[in-house]
Amino acid sequence: MTEPIPVFDERPDRYKGYRGAARALLERERVGVWSDVLARTSRGDFAGIILPRSETADDRHIVIKMVSGYNVGLAVANVISMVERGYTEAHYKVPEKEFPVDGGKPNVVLFGTGGTIASRLDYRTGAVIPAFSPGELYGSVPELADVCNLRTEKLYGVFSENMAREQYIGLAEAIGRAIREEGIDGIVVGHGTDTMHHTAAVLTFMVQNPPIPIVMVGSQRSSDRPSSDAALNLIHAAKTAGTSDIAEVLVCMFGPTSDEYGLLHRGTRVRKMHSSYRSTFRTIGDIPMATVDRDEIVPLRSDYNRRREDREVTIDAVFDDRVSIIYYYPGMKADVIDSLIDCGYKGIVIAGTGLGHVNKPLYPALKRAHDAGVHVYMTVQTLWGYVQMYVYDTGRDMMELGVVPAANMLPEVAYMKLCWALGHSHERDEVKRLMLTPISSEITRREPHDGYLIYQGGLPEVAEFVAGNLK
Amino acid sequence: MKTPEQMTAEDYARLGFMAGLEVHQQLETDTKLFCRCPATRYSPRYDAELLRHMRPTMSELGEYDGTALMEFKTRKEIIYRIARDTVCTYEMDDAPPFSLAEQALDIALEIALKLDCKLVSELHIIRKQYLDGSIPTGFQRTTIVGVDGELRVGERIVHVRQLALEEDSCREVSDRGHRRVYMTDRLSIPLIEVVTEPEMRTPAEVVEVGEAVRRLTRSTGKVRTGAGAARQDVNVSVKGGTRIEIKGVPSIKMFRALTHYEALRQKALLDIRRELLGRGLRPDTFAPTWHEVTALVRHTTVAPIRKALKEDGVVYAVRLPRFRGILRHRTSHQHAFDHELSGRVRVIACLDGSPNLMHDEDPGMSIAPRLWDAVRRALDCVNGDSLVLVWGPAEDARLAASEVAERAREALIGVPSETRQARADGATNFERILPGPNRMYPDTDLPPIAITDERVARIEDTMGPLPREWEACCRERGLHLELIIPLERSGHRDLFERVVTELNVPPKLAAVVLGQLTRWARRRYALYCDEERIFELFKAFAADRFTREAFRSLLKSLGSDPGLKVGDVIEAALPRSSAPDPQATVNRALAEETHWRAIVAPEARLKAAMGVAMDAGLRGRVPGREVRVLVDEALSAADIEREVNHD
Ligand SMILES: [Zn+2]
Repeated sequence: MTEPIPVFDERPDRYKGYRGAARALLERERVGVWSDVLARTSRGDFAGIILPRSETADDRHIVIKMVSGYNVGLAVANVISMVERGYTEAHYKVPEKEFPVDGGKPNVVLFGTGGTIASRLDYRTGAVIPAFSPGELYGSVPELADVCNLRTEKLYGVFSENMAREQYIGLAEAIGRAIREEGIDGIVVGHGTDTMHHTAAVLTFMVQNPPIPIVMVGSQRSSDRPSSDAALNLIHAAKTAGTSDIAEVLVCMFGPTSDEYGLLHRGTRVRKMHSSYRSTFRTIGDIPMATVDRDEIVPLRSDYNRRREDREVTIDAVFDDRVSIIYYYPGMKADVIDSLIDCGYKGIVIAGTGLGHVNKPLYPALKRAHDAGVHVYMTVQTLWGYVQMYVYDTGRDMMELGVVPAANMLPEVAYMKLCWALGHSHERDEVKRLMLTPISSEITRREPHDGYLIYQGGLPEVAEFVAGNLK
Repeated sequence: MKTPEQMTAEDYARLGFMAGLEVHQQLETDTKLFCRCPATRYSPRYDAELLRHMRPTMSELGEYDGTALMEFKTRKEIIYRIARDTVCTYEMDDAPPFSLAEQALDIALEIALKLDCKLVSELHIIRKQYLDGSIPTGFQRTTIVGVDGELRVGERIVHVRQLALEEDSCREVSDRGHRRVYMTDRLSIPLIEVVTEPEMRTPAEVVEVGEAVRRLTRSTGKVRTGAGAARQDVNVSVKGGTRIEIKGVPSIKMFRALTHYEALRQKALLDIRRELLGRGLRPDTFAPTWHEVTALVRHTTVAPIRKALKEDGVVYAVRLPRFRGILRHRTSHQHAFDHELSGRVRVIACLDGSPNLMHDEDPGMSIAPRLWDAVRRALDCVNGDSLVLVWGPAEDARLAASEVAERAREALIGVPSETRQARADGATNFERILPGPNRMYPDTDLPPIAITDERVARIEDTMGPLPREWEACCRERGLHLELIIPLERSGHRDLFERVVTELNVPPKLAAVVLGQLTRWARRRYALYCDEERIFELFKAFAADRFTREAFRSLLKSLGSDPGLKVGDVIEAALPRSSAPDPQATVNRALAEETHWRAIVAPEARLKAAMGVAMDAGLRGRVPGREVRVLVDEALSAADIEREVNHD
């Protein structure tokens, strides 16, 4: 590096991340972030470049990167002196290459909401620099150019847990514009995985009868790792958006944990089921729509909306977020529900036990909710199976209190749908009609026998299956 | 080509020989480094397989160019074999790491202190990228514990650049075509990496330093031993050459041949460069060409080409201008320059047949001369050019041809940066291009860990002496090196100390039992006895419950079942109730079994009689020296009797 060393006092962020004792030491020694220093310490001499410090780390250490590439921390209390020998600032830049346009390939729009699908890691700080423009994406996943022509649009920059009403509406409207005003063949939505199934559900309600696939995608291992699932997921999603004939809202993520194929899940029946596995998304209570790999998309069922040539779509982007979800537990007190009523909530989704139950002490609160005009729907915390409130007296009692069974709607899906329904009306029967009329399999008429398959590891026949197939 | 025996230190000095070591040593811990899986011994058993691809990340390459993309397109499928008992979702890269195993860190700190390293104050976990698939994440989690240490080897000091604590990688099972298979049993077992400065000036010195590092790490008694527990990389360069890393050397003894032949290989490559420059070739204007020539050689009888053609493969010919004679230039005692080309074809184009190329000066397998002529015409060859053929599936063969051309061009530059694989015969194979310098990333999954002065003080207080201090101390107790080294390796040093000082057991006996008999039981019967029970055993010995002769069989019994109690085992072998009367037993035994009488030589006769007496139930119960007195008396009596009878 031959660039001139900037004047110390003019360097921006020269104590980046350092506070308290660590910062005082840097100030005293007149060195800062990106200074190449020789440090004398009571444990010996150490040489390297001072790195920014993580905001959450303590104020008793200075981090340096040594020539070997390793980072080490020096205790402030042990440092005798630090001398600046040079200055090497990191430059953040994702290499860009022009995304090639091929008239024979489908046109796909990628909307970004904030999750990093592709990114570059700064090797010194560990900072993740997102790659998002077509050029940046081409620079990191060049195979995309074999699949489609790409336009990208960054709508939001939020973590997936921060997606909410404003973003849902904005995203649905952006999708509507892209369908009506551009001649596109498919849409990919990049999304953090944690709440991807919430967004997939609400998009299903807000974007009805789309003529093209709307494919949500993310990654479980960030794309700065050689083993990341991001590139393959993105390739699968772009391929689905550009070429599949399934014109619905889909989630496209790994099938097995191996780099083998992806699964396309219907937006209303999908759920993140593992906090870290690649193959975390599963279709619940039904079978997935299709498998996808680099070569082909293989539908597993035929009851889906087909791709159309027209540009028509119903955008119904309303959302009342005065709804809560209650995960019932034994001994739950009525005040939990009372407080929701008092705070002005208009809808409650209960994830009840078994077939959809809560204990008797909650009944007065449920009645009070009903009388206050709060819409209460029952789902099951078993996730698989239907609410069945006729089987026991308690269920029948609850229905008399105004609790509406939501069939086999997943709790999060019921939550999203109630928000959407309350965006239309607060009239009891109309809300009920909207809730119980399925738009896209959020309630199904029947559950196939293989909609519930959780094999128990360790059994001989399962061991045999696992040994014979890639995990 | 000279053998290591034919070279003197001066010869190596003239070459400019320089070598440094990276010693990897697994630590003896209960769990793996970043998860709670047991750090068990290797087992070939597995119950599931995963498939992954390793994708070059942008930062490593700066950006993707045509070559990188090509390399990625012909990429390897990596298969990981996993077993439920030894691998969890962490090693599969399906879960983030758990906190670092403190036990491993303590051992690493102890070794760093023994190497006089400067300890860091705060550990930062780093990801070191590996694209070969040897770790499912694509990177190894590693952290520097200490830097700038030193080690005394004989009379000189060797400097230690750094000591890192890291997780072990997978064991490669096979690598065929586009598929590489790894076993994950040793994945993530904690290990330390000790890196020396490149200060070794002869192959013999490399061996010596390797042994010194091993001895030091083993002296803690807290490192793993046995096959694969310690593995070394060695880097070698000569004047004008390049630092070449030879990976995964299983035995220190192999360093001598490996570093010797690597130095000579570099010298040969430099000679080739001089020759080629002399022929007027320059790297920037060197223009090899290659074409598909499948049609021209379709009727060859050469088996590997016929096989490739039968599988719809193609054949490429590469013309290397003015390369005549170069491909046959010796680069090691086993190989010529064409081996360099073949290595690239095998690794980068995934064509691993043997042979995977041939050339028109090949003394071995070759297509017919008239076919060569046809190929020569097709590529417009002139006198002095060399021709190389490669074959295989179309994509692979094309990549192979361009790799051959690229490696030939590199010959004009010198010794390319590579990592190389050790072969048993002392030669090496190309493994991969040396990774770029920017492959170290901070691990964002784990917070930094402070190494407090209290922690360092605790380890300093409890760690044993250095090997040389320990050796001096043992010599004072009358032990010689043949007893000291096995004892040191056994890991029972602390126990030895207790047995000798607390129980007053003679040091030699304690050293034999702890250094040799426990090892014998482990090796011969795979029996392992915990230290507490061995101490109990010594206690019983010190209380005269049995004699030294019984140690062997008692250790064997104890080792057979970790649940057995020491008292019970002794009672079963040597019941108190049937304790014999020594005098009567000796007399009865010598009277009943009389073959000793026929032996004339007094020493041999005494030995045979001793054997008879001990076998009669005295072994382990009555000290040998007491029995000997009794036998001696009995023999003297017999002699007198015989003389009397004779007269
Ligand atoms: Zn594990």
